[in-house]
Amino acid sequence: MSEKQVTRRNFLYVTTGAFAAAGAASLAWPFVDQMNPDASVKALASTEIDLRPIIPGQSITVMWRGKPVFIRRRTQAEIDEAKKVNLADLPHPEADSDRAQNPEWLVMVGICTHLGCVPLGQKGDYNGWFCPCHGSHYDTSGRIRKGPAPTNLEIPNYVFLNETTIKIG
Amino acid sequence: MSENYAPKSAVGRWFNDRLPLLNLIYGHLLPYPTPKNLNYWWTFGGILTFCLVTQIITGLVLAMHYVADADLAFASVEHIMRDVNYGWLLRYIHANGASLFFMAVYIHMARSLFYGSYKEPRELIWIIGVFIFLLMIATAFMGYVLPWGQMSFWGATVITNLFSAIPLVGESVTNWLWGGYAVGSPLLTRFFTLHYLMPFLIFALVILHVWALHVPGNNNPEGINVVQGSQDTVPFHPHYVVKDMFALVVFLVVFAGFVFFVPNLLGHTDNYIEANPLQTPEHIVPEWYFLPFYAILRSVPDKLGGVILMVSAIAILAFLPWLDTSKVRSAKYRPLYRQFVWLFFANVILLGYLGAQTADGLFLIIGRIATAYYFAHFIIILPLLGYIEKTKPLPKSLSEPVLSPEERQMKAAASGASA
Repeated sequence: MSEKQVTRRNFLYVTTGAFAAAGAASLAWPFVDQMNPDASVKALASTEIDLRPIIPGQSITVMWRGKPVFIRRRTQAEIDEAKKVNLADLPHPEADSDRAQNPEWLVMVGICTHLGCVPLGQKGDYNGWFCPCHGSHYDTSGRIRKGPAPTNLEIPNYVFLNETTIKIG
Repeated sequence: MSENYAPKSAVGRWFNDRLPLLNLIYGHLLPYPTPKNLNYWWTFGGILTFCLVTQIITGLVLAMHYVADADLAFASVEHIMRDVNYGWLLRYIHANGASLFFMAVYIHMARSLFYGSYKEPRELIWIIGVFIFLLMIATAFMGYVLPWGQMSFWGATVITNLFSAIPLVGESVTNWLWGGYAVGSPLLTRFFTLHYLMPFLIFALVILHVWALHVPGNNNPEGINVVQGSQDTVPFHPHYVVKDMFALVVFLVVFAGFVFFVPNLLGHTDNYIEANPLQTPEHIVPEWYFLPFYAILRSVPDKLGGVILMVSAIAILAFLPWLDTSKVRSAKYRPLYRQFVWLFFANVILLGYLGAQTADGLFLIIGRIATAYYFAHFIIILPLLGYIEKTKPLPKSLSEPVLSPEERQMKAAASGASA
């Protein structure tokens, strides 16, 4: 017989070890999970916004999950500018119609996709947003055009509850 | 023992040549010679180390969610219980862990008393242990204040007022402790800071405790000196590692029983009511592990006297190695001490019972007798016993008491022949 004899002791040794490892892992989990977002944070995961006070050409910033969300009621000029861009010229090609459910309303997370600063509105070479930290330029659709940011400004999940109210999250 | 250790891996050797940390760990945990007859009462040292580490780890994660401010503390504890993922589990482990820590430390101390582990040459181990116990008391008390419930608040009020008993400067000292003119936010914040610090001081003392222990080696149930490395000792690993692990698993069953089935059994319901500086709860008691000392405090009808007696009840432990005049360690060979030590244990339990009762009538009278007996044990009984007690003959080795008469004769004959 070439294989080593497996004894009762080997079996007990391995099963005890496996049991201890499973126990230790399941005991460790609560200590890891306690740092995840808790129930009180999850309860704030959606925000409803009344759009009525915003006139064309005006933006507001709302808080959603502790992050700023830009809501801009775009002018016709901005919409046209966003639509006429050749997608092939974009570092991260996305059509404006994929980014705004209603062309008049642009809703996006106001955090630069480079390293997390908040970009300034209506600044930069493309008349959209400009991040002061490391010089990323975004256009009127929040798409990255120039600078170190890798992707366009993120669009959160949102729905129009009616003509004048949206719900983010 | 540790000098001839060489790590197996090249990295281990490289490290160990530059910093012999592995030598140190190896020497103290693996071949460390241990008396071969240690019973399960000796497993509580390991259990206590586990308790300390558990309290530090659970405390660390609780501190990530707790807010030490009088306006927010109570709500933040409720937030831990309801919102934080597994917060209820972490808090119940921490709260019940404190109780089990004291349970284990009382057993550990009782073992030392019974088997005379505090005697020469182990006095310093015992004294370091008394300091660990003192720090544990302070840590547990401050920790109990943090949830800022009614018991927290009024416990803090009563205990900090003990310092007002100090003549002349009492009031200034209490105001200094409070950082104000009553218990409030400043006290809560400083208690939180100290509660976080003290476990690490305890940890440092535990290292000294174990270091001092490993100089003479463990005492044993026979209480006789054993020669390290003789037939009376076995290596710590695997013999006592396995025994300690088994005892720890049994201890964990009890621990889990408390945490998962009766997590509030040892607590007080009044502590789920937020602190109210305008109303004292009807019946205020400390946690169970302080009850014997609380009974001593209350048995004295004088403010300063009560405080002095309560502090003395703990301080007197540090002098135990010199108050006990008997040279024989183990109660097994001390027929009188064996009875008195059980009487002492019973008396402490009685004091604990009295501490939970209202301090009047018969309870107060019994409390005074029990307090007097507590001190009499140390000041009168122990010093006298050393002179009047006729101790039993001590065995020459650990094997001797378990040998049959024939084996004993054979051994005696063999040693006689060789002499």
